Amino acid sequence: MRDLTPEILELIRRTSSDLPKDVEERLKASIEKEAPGSAARGALETILKNIDLSRKNSSPICQDTGTPIFYVKHPEGWSTRKLKEQIRTALAEATKKSYMRPNAVDAVYDKNSGNNLGGDDFPSIHFEEVDGDELTIELMLKGGGCENVGAQYSLPDNRLGAGRDLAGVRKVVLDAVHKAQGQGCAPGILGVSIGGDRGTGYVKSKEVLFDKLGVRNPDPKLAALEERLTGEANQLGIGPMGFGGQTTVIDTKVTGMHRLPASYFVTVSYMCWAYRRRKMTVRGDQVSYDETRRP
Amino acid sequence: MKSVQIPISDEAIRELKVGDPVLLNGVMITGRDTVHKWLIDTFIKKTRPPQGDDLEVYAALKPILSGGVIYHCGPVVSGLDTKQYKFVAAGPTTSIREEPYQADVMKHFNVKGVIGKGGMGAKTLKGCQEVPGVYFHAIGGAATFIAQSVEKVLGVYKLDFGVPEAIWVIQVRDFPAVVTMDAHGQSLHAVVEQDSGKILEELLQK
Repeated sequence: MRDLTPEILELIRRTSSDLPKDVEERLKASIEKEAPGSAARGALETILKNIDLSRKNSSPICQDTGTPIFYVKHPEGWSTRKLKEQIRTALAEATKKSYMRPNAVDAVYDKNSGNNLGGDDFPSIHFEEVDGDELTIELMLKGGGCENVGAQYSLPDNRLGAGRDLAGVRKVVLDAVHKAQGQGCAPGILGVSIGGDRGTGYVKSKEVLFDKLGVRNPDPKLAALEERLTGEANQLGIGPMGFGGQTTVIDTKVTGMHRLPASYFVTVSYMCWAYRRRKMTVRGDQVSYDETRRP
Repeated sequence: MKSVQIPISDEAIRELKVGDPVLLNGVMITGRDTVHKWLIDTFIKKTRPPQGDDLEVYAALKPILSGGVIYHCGPVVSGLDTKQYKFVAAGPTTSIREEPYQADVMKHFNVKGVIGKGGMGAKTLKGCQEVPGVYFHAIGGAATFIAQSVEKVLGVYKLDFGVPEAIWVIQVRDFPAVVTMDAHGQSLHAVVEQDSGKILEELLQK
């Protein structure tokens, strides 16, 4: 089996230092919506300068290089044990090269491992065997500030008057955006899952964020909800960094799952503007990199 | 844009108002979750006795913090092997986690400024009035850009807390930030939260 460690290291470098173009374009477009001379506009201008500079220097866009979340889809015959080892080796190497901050802290003994490896769960790696002959490795780096403002609601929610339907989903998601204020590094991107259990809810609400901005859910009801949530979140006026302004959320992605009759969870993963994701594809000897799941 | 020199005088602090963009110059330290809890437990509430080099570090920090600035930041640092430290990426972390500790730390050391992101709450705002001090908001995520204003890493304490949680003593030049909480009881964060809360109420009725 081929050793992919150097290619995975490159995947990490790109993900940490080179913000995907679809995200940068949205941020650029939002500048014009903010008043000249406002703190909101100043924040977006600084953000764009930083994106440029990080790309040029191969340095982290954000010092919080986040939780590394890997999704590996492999054809039959690959060893997931070896792939896991290669990912871990590449991650430790990326930490040495300052593409990544040492971010794995033992929660019981409060000790930073120093190399981004911690037990079996850090980094987080999902494996799936797929048809065909392509191997893909996707990586998302999700910072702690935005992860901390994620939220899960169990519907009905009496305080918000949210019932077990899409109208209720809308209410709790808006509540989550309000609670987050600027603390998740607005402008953010919302990943929302409806249904599942508490665990799968959070997994799916992050998974939807691998898709390109502007791609709507094929279900017209969910597509309409996505559009409405982005529009209404922006009416809140929280603005970039929570300074007040027009741009609070630049896109919303909603996905539906099955649930137990007794449970109706709505899970919101808030992604900061430093929305770092990449995909690497291996076809025979060729390795290519894309910025989203479906380019 | 106003240039602010560290250490900062009471007079200079009182001149700063919410909304003022500033460029900070001088020596400051980084300190976040572990540092704040350690300061409170060991030296302010004294619920644990000083251990190891605690007293030595405390003595070294006192003069830097009097009139000084704490930056809520867990940087990416190169040169860890050679001790030729350099900040590679150094944006602010979310400040609200220090809300239980911040005002007490400011008062104990006479800290004039706290830099972070996302703003802080009522207890810190009251602390800002008493000290007096201000909260400077840096741009979250703008880590490479902000690292350019860190001219020099002068030293590091408590590296055993881990790179992000250690106390880095840094010299900055034209560090960009906006005053979002001032010494006169004003907070941009309180205003935005209240205004957006009213709009949320209206949207929930629809």
